[in-house]
Amino acid sequence: MRILAHVFFLKRQHSHSLLLTTRSSPLMSVITVENISKQYIIDHKKGKGVNTLRDVISENFRSIFGGKKDQTTITHEEFWALRDVNFSIEQGDRVGIIGHNGAGKSTMLKILSKIIQPTTGTVRIRGRVASLLEVGTGFHPELTGRENIFLNGSLLGMSRTEIKKQFDEIVAFAGVERFLDTPVKRYSSGMYVRLGFAISAHLDPEIMIVDEVLAVGDAEFQKKSLGKMRDNSASGRTVIFVSHNLTAVQALCNKTLYFEKGRLIEQGETNQVVASYLSKVSKTRLVRQWDTPEEAPGNDLVRVRRIELIPDYLDDLTHIDVRTSMKFRFEFWNMMDRANLNLSLHLNSLTGECIFNIGTQSQPYGKGLIAGECTIPGYFLNDGSYTISMMIVKDTVTPVFVMEEGITFDVEDYREGIAWYGKWPGYVRPQFPFHIKMLEPVVSES
Amino acid sequence: MKTHEVVIQPGRSERHYWRDLWRNRELLYILSMRDVTVRYKQTALGTAWGLIRPLTTMLIMVFVFSKIAKLPPDPGIPYPLMVLGGITVWTFFSTAFTQISNSVTLNSNLVTKVYFPRLIMPLSSIAISLVDFLVSLGLFILLAIWYKFIPDWHLLLLPAFILLALLASFAFGLFFAAVNVRFRDIAQLIPFIVQVGFYICPIAYSSRLVADKASEWWAPFYWANPMVGIIDGFRWSLLGEKAYFNPQSLLISVSIVLVCLTLSLYFFRKRENTFVDDI
Repeated sequence: MRILAHVFFLKRQHSHSLLLTTRSSPLMSVITVENISKQYIIDHKKGKGVNTLRDVISENFRSIFGGKKDQTTITHEEFWALRDVNFSIEQGDRVGIIGHNGAGKSTMLKILSKIIQPTTGTVRIRGRVASLLEVGTGFHPELTGRENIFLNGSLLGMSRTEIKKQFDEIVAFAGVERFLDTPVKRYSSGMYVRLGFAISAHLDPEIMIVDEVLAVGDAEFQKKSLGKMRDNSASGRTVIFVSHNLTAVQALCNKTLYFEKGRLIEQGETNQVVASYLSKVSKTRLVRQWDTPEEAPGNDLVRVRRIELIPDYLDDLTHIDVRTSMKFRFEFWNMMDRANLNLSLHLNSLTGECIFNIGTQSQPYGKGLIAGECTIPGYFLNDGSYTISMMIVKDTVTPVFVMEEGITFDVEDYREGIAWYGKWPGYVRPQFPFHIKMLEPVVSES
Repeated sequence: MKTHEVVIQPGRSERHYWRDLWRNRELLYILSMRDVTVRYKQTALGTAWGLIRPLTTMLIMVFVFSKIAKLPPDPGIPYPLMVLGGITVWTFFSTAFTQISNSVTLNSNLVTKVYFPRLIMPLSSIAISLVDFLVSLGLFILLAIWYKFIPDWHLLLLPAFILLALLASFAFGLFFAAVNVRFRDIAQLIPFIVQVGFYICPIAYSSRLVADKASEWWAPFYWANPMVGIIDGFRWSLLGEKAYFNPQSLLISVSIVLVCLTLSLYFFRKRENTFVDDI
């Protein structure tokens, strides 16, 4: 990782001083971004924030008549949506942009799409760009599907002849044949999205900029559109793709940019960048404890006193890796006189998918502090970030209390005797026994 | 094919702006069609509204100004014909002006999501007023036939006055469109301007009445209104020599319109890059 960062550091230096050499290199940069920053001035005003002509006029009148401009009521706060961003994208690259909300991803896309102007810096783009910042840009609810195809298509930069040529294919892809002459306001939201995406999927630009479009639509359609986008990029097209869906980024993009608070903090191969994003996102929290029932989470029936994940660290390691076995321990107060209780543990991935759910047998308990533990073996979880949620259930059906994401932890990668360093697929990495033997050796006849 | 390099820099206007505008002419057409198609959707009377409005306005004005206030028309011209001529061109100007002023804010969903030369928005917003104008011009022709009024060679100059009215709406509208993005006060101001304009322009009356009072202190202000020359000229080309027309007022109109158009275009081009930050 350190080496990678170093390489990019060098590259950045290059793009400053040796722009000509970079451009004449065999892999042509189609997009060069240099020192891009975008600043917004936020006006903080007493009372209201709307800037009407009256405010401006009264402000200026006051100063004309010798009054001081009201310094105290208006403060200007500078906000940098982007700060000193540098990168370059080569032809045929499929680049993912990831980061938290407000990290500057969308601002970056809008600058590349010429929608907003940067405050400083330069962007050079070679080739026809189509940006897809929302599905069905400019769709008018009163217009029919047919009319909207032409409207949206030409907004995205298609000519009318191009649209006519692709028309049937677009309609078939969206599956709206029967509703072509219905106003889109009568469309279901699924149809609306499908039509919008179908049009943009039939664009033929050299560079395609896509923002979070796949977040909408049903799973089936998402798969279809992701496939379509991959086909597009196979034909040498450059794709820039912003998404919160890391799985989609990993499936589609070979390179990834990671933005945080307006800065580009990491760029490189997708798996590397996504991994480091995840590691920064996750916050390891192995113990949580509350000393008195009053402050403990819970309700009148049960309150959690302590939950803890105790890793059985290997040798002198201080982190959990794929070999480490762990004990999950819990203590809770039961305030019910006599209740049949059982416990249900959910182990979730950071993206929220449940990897497994295990429960205990239901048993009668009286009032008091109850403790227990459960062991998660080593060589079971794959590397990644996980959370554990705990549910206390009464009479095997009624959840009494759910403790969401009580424990958060990371499992690091560990490999021995393997020269491959790609991301190990899957959520679990068990070591089931193999039995392999040679059945029929080929005897060389010499 | 060699693709040109696009450079994005702060404060840099698109070098190929006018070429881009030309390339987007299909978008201009489609946006215009959108506005026209959408306008009368879900109305029972549809395009008939384009007829009903000028017709009723004319009837009311004929009643109020000719029967009650007893304003005289130009000699030899029926009063309804004079009024309808004025209403036709004024409505054309004022709807175009209103539409242009609101064009950017009405299309804010496009401004924030897609790039195209922003001038497309005010340009496409003219379509509605053009359609309405043609309808009411047809109405005028019918009325002229009714009054057995045959137009003469003056009619050949009509396109020039239509163009001038259009340029005037552009000259003023473009400026307001750009200001409107930042200050929504403009949206409140526009109907007021149109209302005032209706009375200070020679629509219900003839400029001849003002020409007769040339010594009044307010007369020069009246002639400084660029719309006076345009409306008078429009009527003159439709109704011939009998309609009052002062060529000097046309000179004022043309110069004001051209100066304003240049300034507005400059202002709009300067502001358009930051529309998205303010909208």
